[in-house]
Amino acid sequence: MIELQHVTKLYPASPRPALDDVTTEIDKGEFVFLIGSSGSGKSTFLRLLLKEDDPTRGTITVNGKTLNGMSKWQVPKLRRTMGCVFQDFRLLRNRTVAENVAFALEVINKPHRTIKRVVPEVLEMVGLDGKANRLPHELSGGEQQRVAIARAFVNRPLVLLADEPTGNLDPETSEGIMLLLERINRTGTTVIMATHDYHIVDSMRRRVIELNGGQITRDQSRGVYGVGR
Amino acid sequence: MRVNFVLSEVATGLRRNLTMTVAMILTTAISLGLMGTGLLIAGMISDMKEIYYDKVQVSIFLADDVTDEQRSAIETQLADSPEVATYLYESKEEAYERFRQQFSQQPELVENTPPDALPESFRVELVNPERYEVIAAEFPNGQNGVDQVRDEGDFLDRLFSLLNGARNATIAVAVVQALAALLLISNTIQLAAFNRRNETNIMRLVGASRWYTQLPFILEAALAGLIGAMLAVGGLVLTKVLFVDKTLAGPIKAGIIPPVDWSAIATISPIIAGAGVGLAAVAAYVTLRLYVRL
Repeated sequence: MIELQHVTKLYPASPRPALDDVTTEIDKGEFVFLIGSSGSGKSTFLRLLLKEDDPTRGTITVNGKTLNGMSKWQVPKLRRTMGCVFQDFRLLRNRTVAENVAFALEVINKPHRTIKRVVPEVLEMVGLDGKANRLPHELSGGEQQRVAIARAFVNRPLVLLADEPTGNLDPETSEGIMLLLERINRTGTTVIMATHDYHIVDSMRRRVIELNGGQITRDQSRGVYGVGR
Repeated sequence: MRVNFVLSEVATGLRRNLTMTVAMILTTAISLGLMGTGLLIAGMISDMKEIYYDKVQVSIFLADDVTDEQRSAIETQLADSPEVATYLYESKEEAYERFRQQFSQQPELVENTPPDALPESFRVELVNPERYEVIAAEFPNGQNGVDQVRDEGDFLDRLFSLLNGARNATIAVAVVQALAALLLISNTIQLAAFNRRNETNIMRLVGASRWYTQLPFILEAALAGLIGAMLAVGGLVLTKVLFVDKTLAGPIKAGIIPPVDWSAIATISPIIAGAGVGLAAVAAYVTLRLYVRL
């Protein structure tokens, strides 16, 4: 599903690699926590999977397609198979909840009929039915993140990438978000989530990949956040 | 492609940067208007060349005290000369009549000119207009009833080099303005892309095609180019109606200056529109490629 072979990423501004000879494999349907301190390479890991950036060395394969040397015109196709959720939600402020979700389908040319059908479905799934016509600022943080998750999931991606999705939320709200991500994972979608939230990691007992200084220092199938904290 | 979506993005973009959009449209309009003026002058020059060069090339003005023998001697010489294609005799009365027609818009000038003030002349068309010197040598000034031989072609050359200069200057200013317009378009597109970075970031992440992301910006510039072109054409129409047709009515009627036809404006309008839309769209596209990550 996702394969990294000896991936190294150097940024011009820094002498230390953001990722240093990383090799790993993530299977379809897995739920993976990506942990590590700030600057350990978690975000770079996710950026490379999205082909927002190219690795300096090594090869990356997603859904059987090698990202190295992929032409710019093929990148949109790759991204249609992936959903993204961020700490800061990234919703469009002047569009309603339903419009925010529909936006993701409109811009990839989905027919109107499909959009009309799937947007209410996915809003119900994330627990926002009845709030379709609210604007983002009328919602709580947890609800806004649910909109973002709905937008990321509405096109049924094979992979959902979440970069600290609970970073701005209180523990109780975070729990709700995690239940939602688990539910999405159960539909067969691979979920890769970068996080600092040890409560969540410890309680879910899923695969944990720990990055430290750009290297994988731990890869446990039913891991916890770590003992040394 | 969802037309409504793209168009609403374009409208939002133009509205959000209203001042920049207005500046962009105005510079584009001025540049295109000057370009149109240059093209009209160019057309006028070629019309004028047809009017003038086909006619007289050398004028032989006769002295006031010319005798009948001298006149018929000159005529015979012209008729026999292999250099002369055709010639035409113009009496004092005919010269005065033509003068009155040409300056009918300036009655004071006509009134103050006595009918016999204009010299009689032979208007000569040469087989080869370059051979003016030969004719001039055959009819020395101030001898045998000849007052002066004048190369009208020389005068026309000077007139046309003046008009060519005017055309070139207009086009040069148009080019400088076009440069300013292109930079403004580039700047406006960068600003628009910055304003809409949330939308475009999301579009990029959900896998919208590059065209889908870029098209609203390119159309935005193209639309501004089109509005600029329409203003430029409007400016040319006003120039024709208010300046050319009014102030220059006299010389045009007298056949000195060819009129600016509606058909000439109709011919250059699509050129102006094409240039406006095309350049704006290309400038926007290049800007997006160079400066904006989409």
